Amino acid sequence: MRASDLLHPRPEGLYCPPGDFFIDPVRPVERALITHGHSDHARSGHRSVLATQQTLDIMGLRYGEDFAGTTQAARFGQAIVLNDVSVSFHPAGHVLGSAQIAVEHQGMRIVASGDYKRQKDATCAAFEPIRCDVFITEATFGLPVFRHPPDSEEIGRLLKSAAQFPERSHLVGAYALGKAQRVMRLLRDAGYERPIYIHGALAKLSDYYQSQGIDLGELEPATVDSGGKDDFAGAIVVGPPSAFADRWARRFPDPISCFASGWMRIRQRAKQGGVELPLIISDHADWDELTATIKETGAGEIWVTHGREEALVRWCELEGIAAKPLHLVGYEDEGD
Amino acid sequence: MNRFAELLDRLVLTPSRNGKLTLLTDYFRSVEDPDRGLALAAITGDLSIAAVKPAMLRMLVTERMDPVLFGYSYDYVGDLAETVSLVWPQTPGHIANREPTLGEVVAKLQAASRSDGPKVLAGLLDSAGISARFAIIKLVTGGLRIGVSARLAKQALADFGKVDVAEIEGLWHGLSPPYTDLFAWLEGKAGKPERTALALFRPVMLSNPVGDGDLDKLDPADYAAEWKWDGIRVQAVAEGGVHRLYSRTGDDVSGAFPDLAEAMVFSATLDGELLVGDPRQATGTFSDLQQRLNRKTVTPKMQQQYPAFMRCYDLLQLGDEDLRGLPFRERRSRLEGFVSTLDPSRFDLSPFVDFADWQTLEGLRRAPPHPIIEGVMLKRWDSPYLAGRPKGPWFKWKRDPHTVDAVLMYAQRGHGKRSSFYSDYTFGVWSGAEGEEELVPVGKAYFGFTDEELKQIDKYVRDNTVERFGPVRSVRADRDNGLVLEVAFEGLNRSTRHKSGVAMRFPRISRLRWDKPANEADHIETLQALLDR
Repeated sequence: MRASDLLHPRPEGLYCPPGDFFIDPVRPVERALITHGHSDHARSGHRSVLATQQTLDIMGLRYGEDFAGTTQAARFGQAIVLNDVSVSFHPAGHVLGSAQIAVEHQGMRIVASGDYKRQKDATCAAFEPIRCDVFITEATFGLPVFRHPPDSEEIGRLLKSAAQFPERSHLVGAYALGKAQRVMRLLRDAGYERPIYIHGALAKLSDYYQSQGIDLGELEPATVDSGGKDDFAGAIVVGPPSAFADRWARRFPDPISCFASGWMRIRQRAKQGGVELPLIISDHADWDELTATIKETGAGEIWVTHGREEALVRWCELEGIAAKPLHLVGYEDEGD
Repeated sequence: MNRFAELLDRLVLTPSRNGKLTLLTDYFRSVEDPDRGLALAAITGDLSIAAVKPAMLRMLVTERMDPVLFGYSYDYVGDLAETVSLVWPQTPGHIANREPTLGEVVAKLQAASRSDGPKVLAGLLDSAGISARFAIIKLVTGGLRIGVSARLAKQALADFGKVDVAEIEGLWHGLSPPYTDLFAWLEGKAGKPERTALALFRPVMLSNPVGDGDLDKLDPADYAAEWKWDGIRVQAVAEGGVHRLYSRTGDDVSGAFPDLAEAMVFSATLDGELLVGDPRQATGTFSDLQQRLNRKTVTPKMQQQYPAFMRCYDLLQLGDEDLRGLPFRERRSRLEGFVSTLDPSRFDLSPFVDFADWQTLEGLRRAPPHPIIEGVMLKRWDSPYLAGRPKGPWFKWKRDPHTVDAVLMYAQRGHGKRSSFYSDYTFGVWSGAEGEEELVPVGKAYFGFTDEELKQIDKYVRDNTVERFGPVRSVRADRDNGLVLEVAFEGLNRSTRHKSGVAMRFPRISRLRWDKPANEADHIETLQALLDR
């Protein structure tokens, strides 16, 4: 059989005809397999959802318990047969609960990696390369300019700045699922012991991470009740990036705006966003991780999706690996 | 190299002056010689390294990677130095044990000949990480563009050593990179460096604005008055065959005014205003003067069309004699005698303004006889020449600013304390025939309003946004809707860069005209009339 008979794009998302299921569909479908909890991949309203327990939990927190008709939890490495097709979930290293999905039928194996990264992350299970015939890779940072530095260095710069400007507060913009908790955990790993103040939008997910055994230390709501302006002097505050342009941010003294994202690699992106301290911390693979992973999977064919497809396809051509862009719509990298 | 690279990255994104000063002083404190002095020289533009052309850089990188991938990358990033710093391939196992220091980088670049320059640069890029590569490329392509002036760097040195910035300015031109003796003095490890070089800058005396009621306490008989010329403050120093023209912050601007510098055949230090024209016939306007400003080199034609001259108002040194301790009355009489010996097409004397009482002077201040006069200066007859801005001996009393009623068009979010406020405003006036009027932007202002007014404008902006572009919002502004701002400004220049053809000097919001309908704001013709005066 041809690979495209096993999986191909449809307007709803990536579809598997012999198994009759979709992977990360962007519209409600009968049966959905979901790689991770970011809202562009995990939508509510499917008849049945198969995902890791943590992804199901996260969807429940975000959409309410009735986000799908029925749910089934997949354990990492466990093969589940849907019609004649065998599927299995494997860690993707992107956010808590994130998975790659291997789809196997008549000797053909395709791995849909969802979003992934290779840098070590204490808040989720590490990516496992899976040998396959076709590897579907994301390309959020699919250009040779994207080279993420070690996250510990970036957190080091944040702590240095906090020491340099003790009278000001540092507002760290970080997406609510994954990045925010990773930033908090990195601060703890760097020995930062003071309470971390968080925006209300992060509370539920951060509590959930803590309940899953990921120690984020003492988190305090960044409300006016918890202190006057002076009490936030020297504080590190984590919130969704949009909150910092908002009136919400006025409670902080002369804040320094920071943003934790792979996009911060590009100075102009930081400048345009009014970011004073860019922190290049990404939950997506950078160029070197993407190309190394493609080689590790041993796949003879690469399908490239959401991001800068053309550069990665070009790289594959130069390496003699068949590659094509997979035109999927509706993914907006919420996670970075 | 990494600490220098980190400093550059922080400075370019830090908008506040105080923030920049903190970053600079921390750097001077934590980095050793000669690196900190070389970084200082790079920032003040005093580091000389043979330049590398962008085409060379592009060639070096495409020899090392697929040109198509480089093309995608450059298209995305848009900045050559940044793209090259990011995509430069690092051969695994080929990375040096440690990155080179700034001192090592500068030494290698300075030792490189024209022919082996590219090879040396490539070797340095091989040995460095991403941010260090960016800093190296910025050094060799010239122009750090990090928003730090030489003046700010000197202020940071002053803060670091807890000395007055005037002391740094006075020493500056006798020092050279890596400024080891300067840092040793600022750290209290050695004495103040000697002023051994010739024709050094002498820190200037500045004035205070006349405040409400200030004059009631002063006796007009104690003060001399002169016109306040709207040129640029300069200090002309000639000594032992060396002649230099300094700006008021001690930057050497001789190169831009060779015509004036050549006429400095004397041994003295003069304080005065640089203007264009022929002092015996006509003084040029500020627009004329602008033709000569901010140029590295100046053509003979430019020098002929807009000759520079100096309108002198003080004499600080004559031969070996330091006159700064003498009272103004005495310096002035020495100045009058001295200026009469100079080339009259290049030097003249700032005339006194006669007045008997403050009312008379007030009338003259409001209606000065020449467009390039922006008010009057008051100087106490008995005042010595003191560096800095002492309160009392010198006052500036400016003509009232011009005002215009303009309509708010765009608002941009501020930084730091103002990061959640729309605090930078672009405003426009009406242009076009009746019935077809449209707004043309004429300027941008971000101060002049109170905190309370800032909150009100911010709310107005949020409630009346029509479009967003990153941190900028475009605000509803048409004949029937819009916020009218009364904008005060010091003067107007012709501008080919702005659609409106005018550029305001020192614009600020003077009043919010909530009461005024947008269609009653001013027309561009009002501003054009000011230009043609």
